[in-house]
Amino acid sequence: MKAMGATQEEYYRGVRMVPYDLIKELVLALAGVGILALAVSAILSSPDVAPLTIAAWAQSDPVDFVTTATNELAGSTTSAGYGNPYNTSGPGQAWGPIAPQKWIGTRIPIDSANTFVIQPLERGASSNSNLGTALDTWQKASSDQQGKWTDAYTKALPNATVKDGKVTVPDGDYGPLPVMMSNLLAIAQTGGLDGLLMVNGRFYQTDYTPALLFMGDGTYLAGQAQQWNLLGNQWGMMNETGRYPGQTWLWLYTMWYQVPPFTSPTGFLGINSSNADLGIIILMTLLTAALALVPLIPILRDIPRWVPIHRLIWRGYYAPKAHE
Amino acid sequence: MNAAEPVPEQAASWTVRVRRAIDRHLPMDHLLPVRQPYYVGSWVYVFGVITIAALVWVVVSGVVLAFMGPQWWHDSSVGRFFNSLHFWSVQLFFIFMVLHLWGQYFMAGWRHGRAATWAIGVVIFGVSILTAFTGYLSQQNFDSQFIAVNAKDAMNGAGVGAFFNVLNFGQMYGLHIMLLPIGVTILVVLHIVMVRARGVVKPIDPEGGTRS
Repeated sequence: MKAMGATQEEYYRGVRMVPYDLIKELVLALAGVGILALAVSAILSSPDVAPLTIAAWAQSDPVDFVTTATNELAGSTTSAGYGNPYNTSGPGQAWGPIAPQKWIGTRIPIDSANTFVIQPLERGASSNSNLGTALDTWQKASSDQQGKWTDAYTKALPNATVKDGKVTVPDGDYGPLPVMMSNLLAIAQTGGLDGLLMVNGRFYQTDYTPALLFMGDGTYLAGQAQQWNLLGNQWGMMNETGRYPGQTWLWLYTMWYQVPPFTSPTGFLGINSSNADLGIIILMTLLTAALALVPLIPILRDIPRWVPIHRLIWRGYYAPKAHE
Repeated sequence: MNAAEPVPEQAASWTVRVRRAIDRHLPMDHLLPVRQPYYVGSWVYVFGVITIAALVWVVVSGVVLAFMGPQWWHDSSVGRFFNSLHFWSVQLFFIFMVLHLWGQYFMAGWRHGRAATWAIGVVIFGVSILTAFTGYLSQQNFDSQFIAVNAKDAMNGAGVGAFFNVLNFGQMYGLHIMLLPIGVTILVVLHIVMVRARGVVKPIDPEGGTRS
């Protein structure tokens, strides 16, 4: 049944042809699918849980907000030590010599302490002499002194109390941090930080990179996501809020995040939980290429002949003498 | 030139060559045939056409959403309905496409010189996933917010995060409503043309192979 290069007429020679109305089939399909989509839309609607704001975060969990901001100054948050494309503080993911995150360089520069804390405070300090003095003290202090303040303040925050939305920690030597943090918290609670993190020197803004990185450094966003089963270890990338289907077609990609070696600290052949993203992207690229090349891969291309599903699909053809 | 005057067909004319190539590879009898092999009567062939139908509904609802702007589907009940129509059309599109893919796999639809048609179909599946992903990122709700924060690590780990920045709404929205849908549409048209040019593959010969 060799047909490479054969015309369609030659290919179909000897095959019984029957009338077939392609356009009618397409129109009926459009109508049928349309009715189904319209009905499901009218009955089930669609997901639209409102996004979190930094203001809501600062109001609902002010201690987490202040802890995150302090950690930004200390350089201990995820974004502060991320590596490329945001900064060079971390090595980025690599598998042996394969290190695309390192190769690509710092293309979206983010200095977490300055971007998320210092610059917003400087913008808000113009009419606040106390804050101005505190910022001046912070910036003139040595990095060693700054480290002692952030360390002491971070250790005090688990014992902080919240009253009227304000965070108070037990007495200690925190330098200018209490003033800086109370002002940042106040700015955030009014919604000011949502705007200040979007400032880019131009009027129009569509890039939420700084705001989302800052929110991702805290635990409030992830805590909310956990309630909707959106975390990575909850098959989150293929889930949606509520009872709606998410990107279920990402099931295979998401599955790898639930199994070794991608969940293991030690891993296998250099792939482990610390470079799981890179490993899974490489694996999925190979699997996708294999799917595209199935016609050329023995065994994979032979399975349809061995599994008699085609006999069900074309049962009329395989019926005795039906094609004669 | 008189409209009735015949156009001289010069062998070197590019236009003439393209016309001849179309006549040779995709005559109207192949593009829109009125007769098909009798084995095409199987229900599995429906999966392909209903995938196309769902894509049409995805595009139509998407065009309305794009025209009205990103706030509309949050603030207006009509906008919300069109957002729902877009959402569910996408779900149906993927369900039908996966059924079509599995159907073609078990029919070994790549046989007799149709490997490229299969490969283009897989590429359509991949580009569709990327298009839907940018759509989920463009919803402007909590899901898109957290997906962006979560997915950036995979993009950055692969070294593409700076060029495909999932935290940048403007970039994701632009890709979702313009470049990626055009890509899917062009590939689907190419896929259909390849199917129509070669015709529907014959049933698997029990004595034959399943090579391309």
